[in-house]
Amino acid sequence: MSAQALTYLFVGLSFMLYIGIAIWSRAESTNDFYVAGKGVNPVANGMATAADWMSASSFISMAGLISFLGKDGAVYLMGWTGGYVLLALLLAPYLRKFGQYTVPDFIGTRYYSKTARLVAVLCLIFISFTYVAGQMRGVGIVFSRFLEVEINIGVIIGMIVVFFYAVLGGMKGITYTQVAQYCVMIFAYLVPAIFISILITGNPIPQLGFGDTLVNSSTYLLDKLDQLSIDLGFNAYTQSTKSNIDIFCITAALMFGTAGLPHVIVRFFTVPKVSDARKSAGYALICIAILYTTAPAVAAFSRVNFIESIQEKNYLDSPDWFKNWENIGLIAWKDKNEDGLINYSAGKAFEEGRPDFLDSRGSQGEREIKNPSTKDNDNEVYIDQDIMVLANPEIAKLPAWVMALVAAGGLAAALSTAAGLLLVISSSISHDLLKKTFMPKINEKQELFYARCSAAIAIFIAGLFGIYPPGFVAQVVAFAFGLAASTIFPAIFLGIFFKRLNKEGAVFGMLGGLLFTSSYIIFFKFLSPELNNPENWLFGISPEGIGFLGMFVNFIIAVFVSALTAKPPIEVEQMVDKIRLP
Amino acid sequence: MTDKEYWKANIRLLIILLSIWLMIWFGFGIVLSDFLDQFSIGGFKLGFWFAQQGSIYGFVILIFVYVFAMNRIEKKLKDNKEDKS
Repeated sequence: MSAQALTYLFVGLSFMLYIGIAIWSRAESTNDFYVAGKGVNPVANGMATAADWMSASSFISMAGLISFLGKDGAVYLMGWTGGYVLLALLLAPYLRKFGQYTVPDFIGTRYYSKTARLVAVLCLIFISFTYVAGQMRGVGIVFSRFLEVEINIGVIIGMIVVFFYAVLGGMKGITYTQVAQYCVMIFAYLVPAIFISILITGNPIPQLGFGDTLVNSSTYLLDKLDQLSIDLGFNAYTQSTKSNIDIFCITAALMFGTAGLPHVIVRFFTVPKVSDARKSAGYALICIAILYTTAPAVAAFSRVNFIESIQEKNYLDSPDWFKNWENIGLIAWKDKNEDGLINYSAGKAFEEGRPDFLDSRGSQGEREIKNPSTKDNDNEVYIDQDIMVLANPEIAKLPAWVMALVAAGGLAAALSTAAGLLLVISSSISHDLLKKTFMPKINEKQELFYARCSAAIAIFIAGLFGIYPPGFVAQVVAFAFGLAASTIFPAIFLGIFFKRLNKEGAVFGMLGGLLFTSSYIIFFKFLSPELNNPENWLFGISPEGIGFLGMFVNFIIAVFVSALTAKPPIEVEQMVDKIRLP
Repeated sequence: MTDKEYWKANIRLLIILLSIWLMIWFGFGIVLSDFLDQFSIGGFKLGFWFAQQGSIYGFVILIFVYVFAMNRIEKKLKDNKEDKS
């Protein structure tokens, strides 16, 4: 069977599985739709949380990112796992005890204020849509490369599948499809990693193989990678280059941001007991750690393989994957010294970052690009780091079914996260905006109907993001985490641990965090990107890490304003006492 | 154990575990990382290993320590309430 037929088979089978689960687990009430009837087993919830959390960017982009960042890539590894410790210790058990349906529900009730609820809804919708846009781009990339369908058709197929299980099944449908998606995704990630680890080091466990010696040699893989990197003019792979304060702030912003992401938090509302919420966070982190400890190994393997399979090879004899990805526009080669060989080294191959392809072909059959060559280095290769995981099996010459598996895994990762995000968007609209604010008279059946409608509309908007991808997706990811860290996390945390905090404090705190973080990011990312360098940053903190500072701005304003205004009512204090007990 | 003591025990546990948490990623993963790089386990420099592998294992262990410790504290609270009733 051809690689493409296999891919159709794997992707088709996995989609049928998801739809089957959706039909089996239809939601009958708002309780089912919002929190899966609070009857999810903690292990199942852990797997679902892992699938919910690990998105197209964890599956497709992260290893590629690390393979070009080297040791500094640890900010993502630590940042995106350490947040679970915060979630387990500081938020999940108390929110489960609170026992309502959404994150704005907690904020609105704890701060006895519709304004607080609305501010929370606003932050939630912004964070979630930012994230969804990225997932849809992932779906598009996988479809166009592996199934050779138009990106738009790929996105529409993805939308239909998500529509099925999110609109029909709500949280209940999503939970059980996410469990299935976790299995597909982790299997698809581990199989090629294990294969490649055996090929390169002879060790079948990638986490260990990555620190092992190369086959038939006594050199360690990482030493060889350091040497290769230095030879090509990069920094040594195992050396860090960023300043400690910036690494600290980025990691912290990712951690507190993770703990404040509504679609992750809401998963802990679905388990039966408070103690299950704690356990479930642990299982979730185990499920995530399996992928996150494999990713840096994949990063190192693919970097070595990538360099070795193209460096100083004649373009005419270059491997098929090189040309395939060039045709999609994610690899480009410009023969600067006109020797017909691919010369890869540090530095940008040409001006203006991304290649701007012409329709013509060069003398070797390569795609010609409009960008002028850079003069200060000899690098001739542009590579989009997003392709490392997807191209890895091809680079290592693994059998076709492994590639098909990776395609199915990438789709599972993107769809599971998209569904989780769409659900929190729709429940915050039907529950927080309509039922709790503007249309309090609707009954449960109507609320469920509105929940389904808003899920459908949210899917439609997300699909539009996939078909017309906004150019700023990469920039706004920092935004999503920064806002989660500086608005939602502090509001919930203080709500549980600081009884004296009143509604004025919470509202001004959230607004202060929002304003501070977003103006810093907008200034450096959109208004004056040319000033975006360490000399101009506040305390040397990059826009990616500013959410951490934003969190403290929130804390300070919240506590200060609370001290100047009236105490919260006695019922609220009693409520806090209640959620603190198991 | 009264409700108040339960909350105190909880906070004490949180402070201990979060200090370890900070030590793992900020200590071993970032600040001491370059220093730890002079030691190695297998082909890994120790600081690099902490940054890309060890810290994640540490987080998993931390959450389970918390789960077990909280279950114990919770049991004490429950036993006490049953004694009274």
